[in-house]
Amino acid sequence: MFAIETHVALAILIPLLGAIGIALAGKAPNIRETVTLVTAGLLFANVLTIVPHVLAGEVLVYELAAILPGLSLTLNVEPLGMTFAVVASSLWIVNSVYSIGYMRGNKENKQTRFYICFAIALSATMGIAFAGNLLTLFVFYEVLTLSTYPLVTHKGNEAALKGGRIYLGILISTSIGLLLPAIIWVWVETGTLDFTKGGILAGHFGPVASGILLFLFMYGIGKAALMPIHRWLPSAMVAPTPVSALLHAVAVVKAGVFSVLKVSIYIFGVDFLASVNTLEILTWIASFTLIAASVIAMTKDNLKARLAYSTVSQLAYIVLAASLATPMAMTGGALQIVMHAFGKITLFFCAGAIYTAVKKTEISDMRGLGRQMPVTFIAFFIGALSIIGIPPLGGSWSKFYIMLGAVEADQLFVLGVLLISSLLNIGYLMPIVIRGFFYPPLGSSDPKVAVGQEISFLSRDKIREAPILCVLPPAFTAMMCIVLFLFIDPIYQMILPIVLP
Amino acid sequence: MSLVASHAPVLAIIIPLLAAPVCAMLRGTTFPWFLTTVISALSFAVSVQILLTVSDTGPISYMLGGWAAPWGIEYVADPLSAFVMLIISGISTGVLLYARESIAKEVPPHQLGLFFSAYLLALAGMMGITVTGDAFNIFVFLEITSLSSYVLIAMGEKADRRALTSAFQYLIIGTIGATFILIGVGLLYMMTGTLNIADIASRFDAIADTRPVRAAVAFLIIGIAIKLAMFPFHVWLPNAYSYAPSIVTAFFAGTATKVSVYLLLRFIFTIFGAEFSFGVVSLSELLMPLGVIAFLSMSTVAIFQTNVKRLLAFSSVAQLGYMTVGIALASEAGLTASILHIFNHAIVKTGLFLSVGCMVFVAGSAYLKDLEGIGSRMPLTTFGFVLGGLALIGVPLTPGFVSKWYLVMATLERGDFLGYALTAGMLLSSLLAVIYIWRVVEVAYFRPAPADAEAREAPLSLLIPTWIFIIGSFYFGIQTTVNVGFAEKAASFLMGGL
Repeated sequence: MFAIETHVALAILIPLLGAIGIALAGKAPNIRETVTLVTAGLLFANVLTIVPHVLAGEVLVYELAAILPGLSLTLNVEPLGMTFAVVASSLWIVNSVYSIGYMRGNKENKQTRFYICFAIALSATMGIAFAGNLLTLFVFYEVLTLSTYPLVTHKGNEAALKGGRIYLGILISTSIGLLLPAIIWVWVETGTLDFTKGGILAGHFGPVASGILLFLFMYGIGKAALMPIHRWLPSAMVAPTPVSALLHAVAVVKAGVFSVLKVSIYIFGVDFLASVNTLEILTWIASFTLIAASVIAMTKDNLKARLAYSTVSQLAYIVLAASLATPMAMTGGALQIVMHAFGKITLFFCAGAIYTAVKKTEISDMRGLGRQMPVTFIAFFIGALSIIGIPPLGGSWSKFYIMLGAVEADQLFVLGVLLISSLLNIGYLMPIVIRGFFYPPLGSSDPKVAVGQEISFLSRDKIREAPILCVLPPAFTAMMCIVLFLFIDPIYQMILPIVLP
Repeated sequence: MSLVASHAPVLAIIIPLLAAPVCAMLRGTTFPWFLTTVISALSFAVSVQILLTVSDTGPISYMLGGWAAPWGIEYVADPLSAFVMLIISGISTGVLLYARESIAKEVPPHQLGLFFSAYLLALAGMMGITVTGDAFNIFVFLEITSLSSYVLIAMGEKADRRALTSAFQYLIIGTIGATFILIGVGLLYMMTGTLNIADIASRFDAIADTRPVRAAVAFLIIGIAIKLAMFPFHVWLPNAYSYAPSIVTAFFAGTATKVSVYLLLRFIFTIFGAEFSFGVVSLSELLMPLGVIAFLSMSTVAIFQTNVKRLLAFSSVAQLGYMTVGIALASEAGLTASILHIFNHAIVKTGLFLSVGCMVFVAGSAYLKDLEGIGSRMPLTTFGFVLGGLALIGVPLTPGFVSKWYLVMATLERGDFLGYALTAGMLLSSLLAVIYIWRVVEVAYFRPAPADAEAREAPLSLLIPTWIFIIGSFYFGIQTTVNVGFAEKAASFLMGGL
């Protein structure tokens, strides 16, 4: 319809226009929700039209504004960003459906503000995905932080206020205090901020400087939640579940690790990164985060808190992949963005569905709940298996490639770390499913049955699921976890060219 | 060149100066305001004209009364002064658009004529300081500005009697500052026998190494520092800004201290010369620590304020610290950052003070405890305040970000330990800004509104000008060719020229 570059710009514009539409339709909830869904659909269609052009290797550049002399807000689509954009925009549709079910089911207030901020956050996410240089990335990164703040503090109570403070405090202070000086430093030394295949730092930064710069970036991108700056992520769980689902499983944290990969591949360059002498420290920190977060997750009885720490751990996989600095590991990291997005959003959707149906948040209260909500719990089971990385689910591929990368980088201890982590994942995710199906509901006990005479405790008349709009989305994303296992090759083929020299 | 264009430098001052007595005679609430607004807009139009001419053809010199330069008084519009004139008259006009309803509530109607005549005098004085090429003339205009600003601040007396003591405090401190400047100018006159700035500058090298000149430099720098509210001479500013009428605060926040920064630039770079200022007497070693202490300590102090106007005033002192550091870096990049920040901070802070003015107009107080839940009572105003606050923090797409970018670039460019330390300090200070802005945000959005508070927006006559400044600041944060362009031009003129 338009020139293809215009479609790139439209990816930013559509959600913004949607936000205006939502604001105008604020008084009529049905129209407002229609606007959200239509916007999400349009955005997805728009993103899809760009895909074939990226696959064909076209260079798509769109300049938004010249913000500083020699530096402009530029969009430049490349395969990694394309992947991220497709994931985020497709999940926005699913999530919008879910939001409607959840927000109405729980009779939340200020819903118009909720949908407006959501749309702005999506616009910022598209900006991050398509950013053509570090400045553009930074700009949209900050917009994403600020536009999600009202979502995190949606409930407006004391807990929300406190969570919001930690959220904003950590994200803003790391980005302004570390990421911004890192960017300006790169600009002063190299005279460019463009994402360039093979990196731009080689020859400009010495061994000490590049070692420091690496950590300025890795801790400056606070959204990647590397320990010890991960505290914001659990704090943000005070938000309504759709926010946790999309923003803290897909958009916000993924924007963080996406930026980590983008900086590693296009600013450092895989080869130069491999020569940075502090890289191994990063590997250790990521490994530590990976395991420590899993251990903490086991101690959490609140379902969303457990999932939050699980996210911290899963994000560390991607930082770990970046720190291995080999093509296979980078590919694994990129795949992990996709796989974890679908897996984790399923889990959050289920958590929200449970809350909407029975208002339960603690895992110990969820005994026997699977018998009442089998669809939700089966979806949870599938999502959990994908997170753990068991075939035939999508999550197994990313772990597989990261392991290949570890071998390629000759860091064999990483294999051990990944193994322990997967076991820990089983340890904190499976009990939820087991309690759901095999334990009797609270306050009752199952009749004793003789061996060979077992009966199913599932019965049709006991099923009381959450509203249909809260159940379909997790069922769909769980299906996608399986589908992604089978159709991994196109994504793999798309990402491979950018990491190979 | 047409008649008007050839007299442009003097017109920018003469128009408000002559209109002031006329204004004093007008009665009623509308006429004095209307006349002042028209006059200020005219002054703004002339400033735009001057800036365009200067950037096309270079500095304009104007001989007052046709007397040739060293004997007569010369007005010089160069890239720096033209840029500052544009800021002053632009801010003044924007604030005046807002003034009508706001000031009618704060000043008794029979005093409005006198109020606006003092306002015009302050405007004329500031424009005069900027455009004049004569050292003694600077003092004269400085006194015009100061005297009228004491009056303007004291006018806040109806709302809060503390306006009187703060005006008196400013009077005492300001007079000391002005006297110091006068002594400095006198010493320079004694040594060079001339008052013309260009003339002093050309003879300065010959007498640079004498004791009276050293004394003159000391008096001038301290005198200007007092007027600039440079740490530790800033005591008067928070009081004056807190208790003055809303529009006076907004006007001064964007202009008064900026004029002093201009004076500092003018004396350091044009008269003393960069080599003398930083090489011989090493002003960097004085200005740098003061600037750093200013932005770190004043940002911290701002966190603990209970009055939003006062909070913003302390933040202003901190921002002046950034400008001082920019100057003290003694590089073209630092200078660009400093001049750019004059513009950016002017537009942002004025917008912020105007939005607080809206809150005061409706809620009757600028104390945090009275602004609880203001976010739901006055959504548009509060959202404007938040956007302005983001600019103060330096979030991208705002002018604050552009300033910070240039400042950090200037400090990193040094490449030494001091440069890195300064970078860290500045970033720390902007994180402090997050805290003080977010204190207001939390009070505004998370505290329930008092039961008896009515939900009412400020009238459109207040809201529209406020939002002009807010949107304008975003414009200059995204499309930076105008502000960055002129700032770079002025900086390279100061470093290269004269």
